[in-house]
Amino acid sequence: MTTLRHFETPLLKTSFHPRTEAANKLWSWGNWGGYTTALTFEDLSMEHSAIRNTATVYDLCPMIKYRVEGPDATAYLNRLTIRNAAKLSVGGVHYTAWVNDAGHLLDDGTLFRLAQDRYRICCQERHLNWLLDSGHGFDVTITEETEEIAALSLQGPTSAEILRLGGFGIDGLKPYRMAEFALGDGWLMISRTGFTGDLGYELWTTPDQALALWDRLFAAGALHGLRPIGSDALNIARLEAGFVITGLDFTPADTCLREDRLRSPLELGLGWLIDWDKGHFTGKAALHKQRATGTKWSFVGLEIDGNISAEGAILYHDRKHEIGVITGACWSPILKKNIALAQILTKHLAGVNIWTEIYALRELHYEKLMMVARVVDRPFFNPDRRRATPPGRF
Amino acid sequence: MQSFDTIVIGAGPNGLAAAQRLASKGAKVLVLEASGAPGGGAGLAHLSYNLDPRVAKSMALAQHGLVWQQTNLATTALGTDGKHLRMQGALGATLSGDVPEKDRAAWAALRTRLLRFAAVLAPLNQMSPPRIAKDAGNPMLRLGMIALKARMMGAREFRELGRIILTNVHDLLDDELSAPLLKGALAFDATLGGWLGPRSPNSVLPWLVRLSGQTAGVQGALGLPKGGMPALGAAMAKSAEAAGVTLHCNARAARIIVEDERVAGVTLADGEEIRARRVVSAIAPKTTLLNLVGPRHLDAGLTTRARHQKSRGGAAKLSLILRALPDFRGADLTDRLLIAGSEHDVERAFNPVKYGRVPEKPGMEIMIPTAHEPGTGGMHRLTAVAQFAPHAPADRDTARAAMLAACMAQLEAHAPGISAMVQSAEILMPYDIEDQYGLPGGQWHAGELSVEQMLFLRPLPGLAQYQGPIPGLWLASAGCHPGGGVSGTPGWNAALAMEAAQ
Amino acid sequence: MSYDALIIGAGHNGLVTACYLARAGLKVLVVEKNDWVGGAAVSRELYPGFTYSNCSYVSSLFRPEIMRDLELPKHGLQILPYEGGALFTSDGGYLGMFRDHEANRREFARHSRRDAEAYDRYSRDILRNCRLIRPMLMRRPPDLASFAPRDLSELAWLGKQITGQSEAQIYDMMRFWTMSIADFLDEYFENPAVKAYQAVGSIIGTALGPMSPGTAYVLLHHAMGDVDGNVGSWGYSRGGMGGITSALHASLRASGGEVQAGSGVRQILIQNGRAVGVVLDNGKEIKAKRVISNMDVRRTFLKHVEEKELPGDFLKRVQTFKTRGSSGKLNIALDGVPNFTALPKGAPNIRGDLHFTDTIEKMEAAYDDWKAGHFSQNPFQDVMIPTLIDPTMTPPGKHFMSCFVQYAPPKIEGRDWTDADRDAFRDACLNQIEQYAPGFKSLILHAEVRTPRELEAEVGLTDGNIFQGELTFDQMFFNRPVPGYANYRSPIRDLWICGSSTHPGGGVMGAPGRNAAAEVLRDMKMPAKNMSDAYAIV
Repeated sequence: MTTLRHFETPLLKTSFHPRTEAANKLWSWGNWGGYTTALTFEDLSMEHSAIRNTATVYDLCPMIKYRVEGPDATAYLNRLTIRNAAKLSVGGVHYTAWVNDAGHLLDDGTLFRLAQDRYRICCQERHLNWLLDSGHGFDVTITEETEEIAALSLQGPTSAEILRLGGFGIDGLKPYRMAEFALGDGWLMISRTGFTGDLGYELWTTPDQALALWDRLFAAGALHGLRPIGSDALNIARLEAGFVITGLDFTPADTCLREDRLRSPLELGLGWLIDWDKGHFTGKAALHKQRATGTKWSFVGLEIDGNISAEGAILYHDRKHEIGVITGACWSPILKKNIALAQILTKHLAGVNIWTEIYALRELHYEKLMMVARVVDRPFFNPDRRRATPPGRF
Repeated sequence: MQSFDTIVIGAGPNGLAAAQRLASKGAKVLVLEASGAPGGGAGLAHLSYNLDPRVAKSMALAQHGLVWQQTNLATTALGTDGKHLRMQGALGATLSGDVPEKDRAAWAALRTRLLRFAAVLAPLNQMSPPRIAKDAGNPMLRLGMIALKARMMGAREFRELGRIILTNVHDLLDDELSAPLLKGALAFDATLGGWLGPRSPNSVLPWLVRLSGQTAGVQGALGLPKGGMPALGAAMAKSAEAAGVTLHCNARAARIIVEDERVAGVTLADGEEIRARRVVSAIAPKTTLLNLVGPRHLDAGLTTRARHQKSRGGAAKLSLILRALPDFRGADLTDRLLIAGSEHDVERAFNPVKYGRVPEKPGMEIMIPTAHEPGTGGMHRLTAVAQFAPHAPADRDTARAAMLAACMAQLEAHAPGISAMVQSAEILMPYDIEDQYGLPGGQWHAGELSVEQMLFLRPLPGLAQYQGPIPGLWLASAGCHPGGGVSGTPGWNAALAMEAAQ
Repeated sequence: MSYDALIIGAGHNGLVTACYLARAGLKVLVVEKNDWVGGAAVSRELYPGFTYSNCSYVSSLFRPEIMRDLELPKHGLQILPYEGGALFTSDGGYLGMFRDHEANRREFARHSRRDAEAYDRYSRDILRNCRLIRPMLMRRPPDLASFAPRDLSELAWLGKQITGQSEAQIYDMMRFWTMSIADFLDEYFENPAVKAYQAVGSIIGTALGPMSPGTAYVLLHHAMGDVDGNVGSWGYSRGGMGGITSALHASLRASGGEVQAGSGVRQILIQNGRAVGVVLDNGKEIKAKRVISNMDVRRTFLKHVEEKELPGDFLKRVQTFKTRGSSGKLNIALDGVPNFTALPKGAPNIRGDLHFTDTIEKMEAAYDDWKAGHFSQNPFQDVMIPTLIDPTMTPPGKHFMSCFVQYAPPKIEGRDWTDADRDAFRDACLNQIEQYAPGFKSLILHAEVRTPRELEAEVGLTDGNIFQGELTFDQMFFNRPVPGYANYRSPIRDLWICGSSTHPGGGVMGAPGRNAAAEVLRDMKMPAKNMSDAYAIV
């Protein structure tokens, strides 16, 4: 798989690299899971604006993908994940998470049911060991296929129109469903999923079709404002949508060094995923106990006064006592609000008298601000167009 | 059809002890035994060293047929030159043979110390291991008493306990003694049933556990029941049945039934389902978790830990039918005979086993039951535990043949002419023991009794208090604290834990 | 003329103790038997133009708190991180280590995808244990049998460290501390080469094989150091390991202390149960209010103190203190860089540690040889070429190669090493390298071969044990060197010990020396000025 000279290029290139490289005017790159990925292509505000206004593509290749197949695939996934995989019909996708024995989050991700006995897990971190170990006693095969699949996220109000123009009939495709199309001499799988909280799709194909797909989308999207976006713009969109990211909003339990940093799905506001009635799954006993005794931590959306992003800020009660930390924050251009996701001690969940300590670097000096924060419902931004089927023509 | 509230899987000493205790407290208990007769590992052992006095007394084993042939068996460590070392009394209280005076005095002091340390630790055997956690509900008074007694030995001895507890047998012996035969015999005993050589750190503690056992009230003494060790198993079975326990032999448990995430009974290999709200597994924890319960009812991390639990058997069991009594150069044949020329010999016998190979000169613990009780048809029986033997060699049949040949060569070297007397010979390698007795890896203790698998880490962290990972399941085998031997202790402790949980 | 403190042995620990005491205002003299300063942390020109780190050869454990307190960087100390490493496999391949996380993951994945991912979890678990143990390095162990308030409070502190973790983590930690590295690695990895590479740190300097219980802890002993806060990483001292001791020496001189080299101690003078000075080999007496020995305990008490001065129990424990040497060393001047044919051109791995033992079983078999009283026929080697990073040690284009070798027993089948043994040992090592780097032998300009015999004769390490006593549980923490005497004191008043025989043991760490100085000053009711506690772990 890897050549002996890989030390010369510690970071891999994705299947779309020839295009992203050409488009990356700022030459702003970051390391995502061992791949060179764009942080910003040209202009952060324009990229975010395109997500909410026209359409964008985002290179998803570094997402870790596993294929799970075999007669016990469903039973296996039901023991592995906290949601009920049996309730997912073929052609369906759901968001899920998995935990260790102690109920601590290992990762979240999307589960695609490709066939009766075949699934794909798509997630942020590498979990081959955990997935294989979990497979002991099940008639199931787990294969990492990250490098075998090229993935691109197409998001924004005009994304459906671009797909139509590109020749893919997705009018009947409902949210969290997928459909397969021919692409060149290969295939393209389109799922109506995404990480922006807007109308959008994720496109899955083989690496050899990647550039053709890119080109086809850009040809179709020429009059519909399609542009590539980097991780920075996506991060704003995902915050508006209230999505959590492994490694940013919580530390995965298998590599977490400090025990007080471990978090359960209940503590991350993901309790709704848990199917308590589906039978045994890994971590159930621990989560059950935690549900009964209550969680120490909670995860919330915050609105914060002012317009300075509160990234990494500490939360205080009554301006004095530390009660939590902001894990992700931004000024939301679409909402015109300062929003944030935060871990907060459950006893302060009511949200009274919460303050954030924001340090704004202004011309070499930090301006320290104490701003009021209010706990609000997530998602912060949730347009109807996200769900409409058939999707609207914008 | 009778109904039961408790099913015990495995009619070995622990299964029977747990069953008897539970039945005597009013439970309706069914014991399932895969083989044709009760006794389990008692049929594998050829000596008793740690029968739990609580079990012997409460099960009234004497009334149920247990008669001791010997309660304090002497040991002869065989020298190839006929210069044997005889160790009489518990743990070689008196030595006869070619031992330097200096060694005698040093051994007397070391022996006293070892027995004292073992005695201090012994109360730990008779309780559920404490949990190392705040508010774990540990019996602080009992634990405090153990600590106090340890400290009452005096600062010097207390420090010495702290020094040697995780050290190795080789150095412990070598620091005090010089006679190879003495060191060899002690090193052999210390590592018996383990997967460690005498040079391995942590080899002293399992020895202390072994020395905390007793026979007929004498610590460190070795016992031989009339009729051999199977008679001890039979007495336990009788006692259990007298307490109202139902015993089904030839009933192999295939699955533990789990419904609504709790135990609901047992499915037998023939498909029969027997329902019960409580299942007590007195077979190896690894087998219980991975095969009987199965991964899909267990958390993935626990399954992995169970798979990694170390269960390497290092002992082979040799059985010979002899046409005449052999002559071990004049050794008393009613003694326990040891072939372990020096501590180095013991270590050398372990070396190849690390790589899955057969040692050239295995150490041997030899018993000749027919020297105590006449056999049938004028034939004699010799049984021996041979150490070390590989549990997973590249080729099982080749290894078995090589091991038998190595054992016979050792016997011939110490009892010239014995080969010609052999009517039949059988050797059980660790993997044969696994097949016959269901012990993973052929490990006597149903999971190695190594320090990292002891006390609150036995059989696995989080499962050390006999309570299984799903409601209604209890673990009560030698794989649990305090480990193996024909003691009944884990089973008894498990029964006590079940009572305490009610 | 009388000193406040006389320290025997100018190794790193003796110098650390001397520095702290001198800085506290004491009049300090260090006597050293060799004509040079440094003990086993030395740089010596053994071949014209070539500087050798001929004993210790890498640095990680040396406590940064000590470097700061004693201003060692000001006195010339520079620690250089080194790059990666490689383990060569018998099939002609290699497993590389890289500083870059992704390169490393992909390199491991070349051998096993599973192991590549397991490595992160493994590193986390090692680091968790390091975090727990590091604060213990710079504290005096409690006496288990003492009811003194200080011992009780130390025990309570220890208990708090342990119970500050979750129950599951406590059990994991206890398993880790008692397991063999072979068993421990089996829980993470499947690839033999990956396992062999990880096992390296658990056998270095140790008279144990990787299958011996307790070796997982030894790994920790090698992983708990750091270079610039990167826990577990290693580096070179610029100019060789003598850079550490020469900086210490300079620091000592700057605070008024002195070292008298070429002054071997014949006897420690004891009057009325108190140490009052030493007699040198030349018969000269030097008086001091206290004598602090940086020699190992066996050498100190069995060779330089009369038996009658010591209580029987203590004497017995010292006599049976285990110092079995297990290692040897080749120090080689090279005419160029050896060509390790498995490595691709330009691979950075050669600038790190190089190994040729590709399975745990081969390591263990090498140990079996040692147990039988032989040096290993197929030895384990930890090979470094520091001059690929450090330009100061050799002429340009020339190199110094350090080969640390296991196992080598203190005696060959109970008898002393002969020169023929030593040559056979050398050949076993050189031939092994030649196999992986054809032509290597023709590059050799000079080679110094050190068996435990040479190590004892030159540096004074009994039986050639590089840790001044094996690192097994019975000789660790409150048991080191002798239960009841883990407080840097001895049964003789004013006779102290400060070497690696004391807690926390060997390696160029400096912690024993620093702890001993802290105890001396405490005993004198003097404030330990400018002595940092262990940096807080955040």
